[in-house]
Amino acid sequence: MLAEIAQALANGLLSGALIAVPAIGFTTIFAVLRFPDFAVASYATVGAFAGWWVNVRLGMGVVPILIAAFIVAGLVGLVAEHIALRPLRGYGALTVAIGSIALNLVLENLIRFIFGNDLHGYDLPLEQDLNVGPIRVGPQQIQNLGLAAAVLVLVFLFLRYSRFGRAMRAVADNADLSRLKGIDPGRIAGLAVLLGAGLAGVGGVLLGFDTSIDPLTGYRVVLAVFAAAVLGGLGSIPGAVAGALALGVAEELALLVVPATYRSAIGFAAILLMLTFRPRGLLGERSV
Amino acid sequence: MLSYAIATLVSGGVYAILALSLNLAWGGAGMVNLGLGGFFAIGAYASAIATGAGAPFAAGLAIAVVAGVLAGLVVTFATLRLRDDYLAIVTLGFGEVIRLVALNERWLTNGADGLSGIRAPLKPELGLFGFNLFYLGLTTLAALVILLGLQRLDRSPYGRALRAVREDPELARFAGKNVLRFKFEAFALSAAIAGLAGALYAHFQSYVSPDLFAPLITIYIFLAVTAGGVGRPLGALVGGYAVMAFLEAARMAVGYLPGLEPVQLASVQGMLTGLALLLILRLRPQGMLPERIRPAPATP
Repeated sequence: MLAEIAQALANGLLSGALIAVPAIGFTTIFAVLRFPDFAVASYATVGAFAGWWVNVRLGMGVVPILIAAFIVAGLVGLVAEHIALRPLRGYGALTVAIGSIALNLVLENLIRFIFGNDLHGYDLPLEQDLNVGPIRVGPQQIQNLGLAAAVLVLVFLFLRYSRFGRAMRAVADNADLSRLKGIDPGRIAGLAVLLGAGLAGVGGVLLGFDTSIDPLTGYRVVLAVFAAAVLGGLGSIPGAVAGALALGVAEELALLVVPATYRSAIGFAAILLMLTFRPRGLLGERSV
Repeated sequence: MLSYAIATLVSGGVYAILALSLNLAWGGAGMVNLGLGGFFAIGAYASAIATGAGAPFAAGLAIAVVAGVLAGLVVTFATLRLRDDYLAIVTLGFGEVIRLVALNERWLTNGADGLSGIRAPLKPELGLFGFNLFYLGLTTLAALVILLGLQRLDRSPYGRALRAVREDPELARFAGKNVLRFKFEAFALSAAIAGLAGALYAHFQSYVSPDLFAPLITIYIFLAVTAGGVGRPLGALVGGYAVMAFLEAARMAVGYLPGLEPVQLASVQGMLTGLALLLILRLRPQGMLPERIRPAPATP
């Protein structure tokens, strides 16, 4: 039993680290633009297919796949946001959120139109599982963990030290005050969408490495992404990481007693519990 | 052809009832319910299971309404005190959980195969065509009764208070309104109407399966309410029928596109739906029949 729990903890941290990447993307967009962007599901799918194309058609390895996913998903997000969602901002956050659902439907079906509903797999070498004491982990999982960690470190460095990163945090903290300081909120919003959609795309690839991808890849993980962001506190980037890891562990522990088909329901239960007892989330701001 | 028209009108009526439900929560109290499809499914399954166990049709409808209310209470319990975007996320999750339960609890819902042979009221007595006509009348009547009820509610002091809660909860609270209770009640009533729509749908189709309650149906209803005019019951009713017409027209028009695979045809239809919603939000966010705020009657 103890070994099972240790295994569940290990699996939970591994899968949580993958969710953390798109969860940061979602929460970044929320922090700056103040609406829940449901189109992150399709951004993740776009990234996964961009990476797949670079991998299978051009024969590239892991790092180019991730870069392609970030750039393509980020640009698609930027353009789509500019055309479809920005004009809705005057009507309030809920209208933009509903617009993002419509946008998600359009993008998801665009991918379906191009690639069809079939499953696509990445062409990467398979390796044997490793045993660390009683715990078994796959090298693929270790690699994913390393990649996710590298992406997270890059994002933190960017937000902490670069000019744009600091401006973005300033806007997230107090949009009016940062405008007085000469920060252009439009540019920062665009940057936040580029970063958020790009990270969602990278997340789509990381999640696709383990299995295969199809037009619903993003939709399947989006609930976990929302759950992670809400658990950590909407708009908090360290919170999104903490929420994703907590959710990963909670999912794996719950799966010891609940059938595996209910995996995505666990995120929902976790959100309900969190919102009942600590609505601001683990590391979040006020939520009322 | 005639029975196709009748079936489309029945579905349009069901959509109209769902749109009325969403309009009450969203247009009335500003609460976005992205799990509407889940409430619809709960009503459909509740009535199908109850009548399958021997309950009469009317009891099935009543049970669907109660089930919808209970589900509404579960969802709003944790979220009402929070900002509206939390409700959006939680309801989205709720819809997905309902779909998972319907897929996995085979003993209750028969899983992905769905429940078939749901009792169609008076079908043996009326014959197929008579039943279709009868059901068209029933659905349309239900839609109209709900419309009249909600219009009445809209004009009542209760409706005005609800709108105050939507526009400025702080001010409404200051004016002595119990904001949480208003939201709670509006969402529960909205969930009840969605449950009723589900039951009506199930007994017409004689079949329910998890596929019927894909997230797409929630988007259709958002399209209906936005097109009709958020905040106005008549707009929601008209929007429901309009969306049904739009979907059928899109399906037929897409059928004429040459040289495309079936998957691509379906995806074109999906894109059209999303684009329609985006365009309406942008070009005419007030909808076909904009909300009218009546002045409150003068106090004597």
